[in-house]
Amino acid sequence: MSAHAEAAGHEHHGPPLANRSSRLDPATLGMFLFIASEAMLFGAFFTVYFFVRVVNPDAPATWPPPPYHFPIFVAGVNTAILVTSSFTIHWATQSIKRNDRNGLRAGLVLTILLGSAFLLTQMVEYAHVGFNTSDGAFASVFFGLTGLHGAHVFIGLSLLTIAAVRAFKGHFSAEHHHGLEIPGIYWHFVDVMWIIVYFAVYIL
Amino acid sequence: MKNPLRDEASAFRVVFLTLGGAVLVALGAWINTWLGVAVFLALVVVALFAIRGGMRPRPPQAHVVHEGGPARKILVVANETVAGGELHALLGRKAEGVSEDVLVVCPALNSKLNTWTSDEDGARAAAQARLDSSLSRLRESGIAARGEIGDGDPLQALEDALRVFPADEVVVSTHPPGRSHWLEQGVVEQARLRFDVPVTHVVVDLATQPAR
Repeated sequence: MSAHAEAAGHEHHGPPLANRSSRLDPATLGMFLFIASEAMLFGAFFTVYFFVRVVNPDAPATWPPPPYHFPIFVAGVNTAILVTSSFTIHWATQSIKRNDRNGLRAGLVLTILLGSAFLLTQMVEYAHVGFNTSDGAFASVFFGLTGLHGAHVFIGLSLLTIAAVRAFKGHFSAEHHHGLEIPGIYWHFVDVMWIIVYFAVYIL
Repeated sequence: MKNPLRDEASAFRVVFLTLGGAVLVALGAWINTWLGVAVFLALVVVALFAIRGGMRPRPPQAHVVHEGGPARKILVVANETVAGGELHALLGRKAEGVSEDVLVVCPALNSKLNTWTSDEDGARAAAQARLDSSLSRLRESGIAARGEIGDGDPLQALEDALRVFPADEVVVSTHPPGRSHWLEQGVVEQARLRFDVPVTHVVVDLATQPAR
């Protein structure tokens, strides 16, 4: 048995070191908590939606109340656009993991174009939907939910634009691409929320 | 719990699982409203089950790359029992006749609520106090030991430590069966399955420890 005893650790000056678990890195945890708070925000809007539509004693028997109609087909096309954008951002992320910069840039540009197309289509849909917020609670809920989602698409596009600028400047590598991974998670969250909004508001 | 949004690829899968679930709910609601509600509730249960890890296959055994240095590296994972006589006697026996390098890891045990709210200062301070006491006893016995505070999950603490301390052997110290949460959770068995390092289990009965 050796008869020596080692010091417990190195001398450390200044404030104590932050404790970090290896389960999740801080940036991803931050985005996860942000998404959790966003999910609660959407939850509040869905609560209002289901109250107006189902629980409310004065809820209309048909949805939306006559004579209004939701543009199910146009919104369906928009859903396809957003789901496709999930493929392209996934392609961009997988590309940089293989050090394929062209794939990264192409994936990001396509995702931004698809996200912009979604927002433009939504604006056109608003312009031709045939009702406004003053036409009843159902209209307020419709614009509230879809508008809230549209705002999130805009935020996602802003994050992706920053990532794209960095990608074209030569940032990111196979080992270091957090600036893309984190907006990618957010973009998928925005996509998930739209799928729920589309099926809850337009289809059911 | 496995976080379904821990990376972009996981989030990408969630998009398609959500799409598939939404189609199923819509089909159910199209047949009958209450069927749609039932499908939705069933999918929520399945999702929670999957997030809890019920459907995940066992992770592959982690390979520990040994450095092959002159000293025998022993990694000890213990908490309340870290100052136990049985553990110290075992370490003394293992260190006989060889040059040893002992790392003692004390998981900062904490409640789930405190963990989720990052309120772990108390748990870390308590673990540090136990660790300091144990290290001083080990050094009195002439065992070269150092220590650190680990994750609240003993298996995670073990994995973290093995990444920077490729041990030749792991010693897990617990309370006796019936009083040990770690034994109830199968920590020793899972450690043997997860890491290709010999794992020795030592039971410390604090009720029979002499007062120091």
